[in-house]
Amino acid sequence: MSDWVDVCALDDVDEEDVIRFDHAGRTFAVYRDEGGAPFCTDGLCSHEQVHLADGLVLDDEVECPKHNGRFNYKTGAALRAPACVALVTYPARVEGGRIQVQV
Amino acid sequence: MAVTSTNARRDYSLTGPESARAVALGLASAEWYHTEVPRKVMKDLMRRNDAVATRDTAIWLGLMALSALGGVLTWGSWWSVPFFAVYGVLYGSACDSRWHECGHGTAFKTQWKNNWVYAIASFMVMRNPVAWRWSHARHHTDTIIVGRDPEITLMRPPDITRKVLAFIGIPNVFQDFAVLARQAVGRLSPGEAEYIPESEVAKVTCWARIFVGIQAAAVLAALLSWSFLPLVLIGGPRIYGTWHMVLVGLLQHGGLAEDVLDHRLNSRTVQMNPISRWLYWNMNFHVEHHMFPMVPFHGLPRLHELIKDDLPRANPSIAHAYREMVSALLRQRHDPGHYVRRDLPPGARPYRMEFHGEDALPEVK
Ligand code: FES
Repeated sequence: MSDWVDVCALDDVDEEDVIRFDHAGRTFAVYRDEGGAPFCTDGLCSHEQVHLADGLVLDDEVECPKHNGRFNYKTGAALRAPACVALVTYPARVEGGRIQVQV
Repeated sequence: MAVTSTNARRDYSLTGPESARAVALGLASAEWYHTEVPRKVMKDLMRRNDAVATRDTAIWLGLMALSALGGVLTWGSWWSVPFFAVYGVLYGSACDSRWHECGHGTAFKTQWKNNWVYAIASFMVMRNPVAWRWSHARHHTDTIIVGRDPEITLMRPPDITRKVLAFIGIPNVFQDFAVLARQAVGRLSPGEAEYIPESEVAKVTCWARIFVGIQAAAVLAALLSWSFLPLVLIGGPRIYGTWHMVLVGLLQHGGLAEDVLDHRLNSRTVQMNPISRWLYWNMNFHVEHHMFPMVPFHGLPRLHELIKDDLPRANPSIAHAYREMVSALLRQRHDPGHYVRRDLPPGARPYRMEFHGEDALPEVK
């Protein structure tokens, strides 16, 4: 298992929002849901490699900014074409007021 | 400002040399220019609701039902003409914008509502809902990139007679039906095979069969009743009511640049009367829509106000936009490299230069 990596302060991500997180040459999307819990997926949409950090978080879903494809960011499941391939998800947690992910 | 670039006739197919050229030049799946909008503001603009689209859809379907009823009750007299004039435009023109917005999934917050209206509007506009979802995704990836975009309606040199006939659905309605009939037997064209994944072909076939079946039932009903009425109600509006869709649709990109990576150069925003805006669900804000496809139709006027200082001035009316477009099209008949390049207001970020390599923008030198 890889180590937990510090992302940002909890408040740096609004509830029901997403930010970009780059680490070790890879890019991720880090979310908070309506209740404030953190989640993490691959950063790029599986359709055409557009970053999901510019997308819209609606309930448990993130909508891609390019073609409105949708994913469940908690499970990674692709929900709406043209997004057809699931995103990889990564564990995320809050420790000492900061979001950490295991990538 | 009018500009002339290359005079060569181009190959608009998705499988020819222009397609390879676009890829080689870095025009395919490229990064596009976006006006800067703060994230908080954009989130607010992207916010979805059900209220506006539900209200509009109730009005749309309600008016269709009432006008169809009026037309049926007065069938055989001249009184049916105004009823079907209204019904025809609601069916044969408004279907396009409902298809479009629900295809993006932005019209309603609730996805099943988007999906249902998308399916109904796809039938009306005679587009396969699966095939066209992929076609439209490509249109957004590679907007007016020759050899990549399957939705370029005004190819150069333009066939103006054909575009005039399009106002009465000729020959488009028959071609569109022929496409559905081909898809119903499980065949994709080489161009469609370029952008529709294998995994979606069975769905394409299934929807094509449903649509062809309904349309065939209308033909059968017309034959059995020996009356045009079933066809005036189903399918016919794509002939007698399609004019508004063509009127506003041609303006989206007509006469503007090809092979550029900046929607300000290849898309047109036009101020319109409120009825056209309602029928068109605000797609007259076309530059804004292409730059930010996540903003629902009811957010586009606000988006326009926010970013208009970074865009070419909107055409003030449909008539003004037609004057601009038609003069470019007339010239393109002899000079296919000609296009309209609209000036940016002072203070707008200049067209690309620092943003893309010069070779990637052959029409912006
Ligand atoms: S790039 Fe994300 S849906 Fe197309």
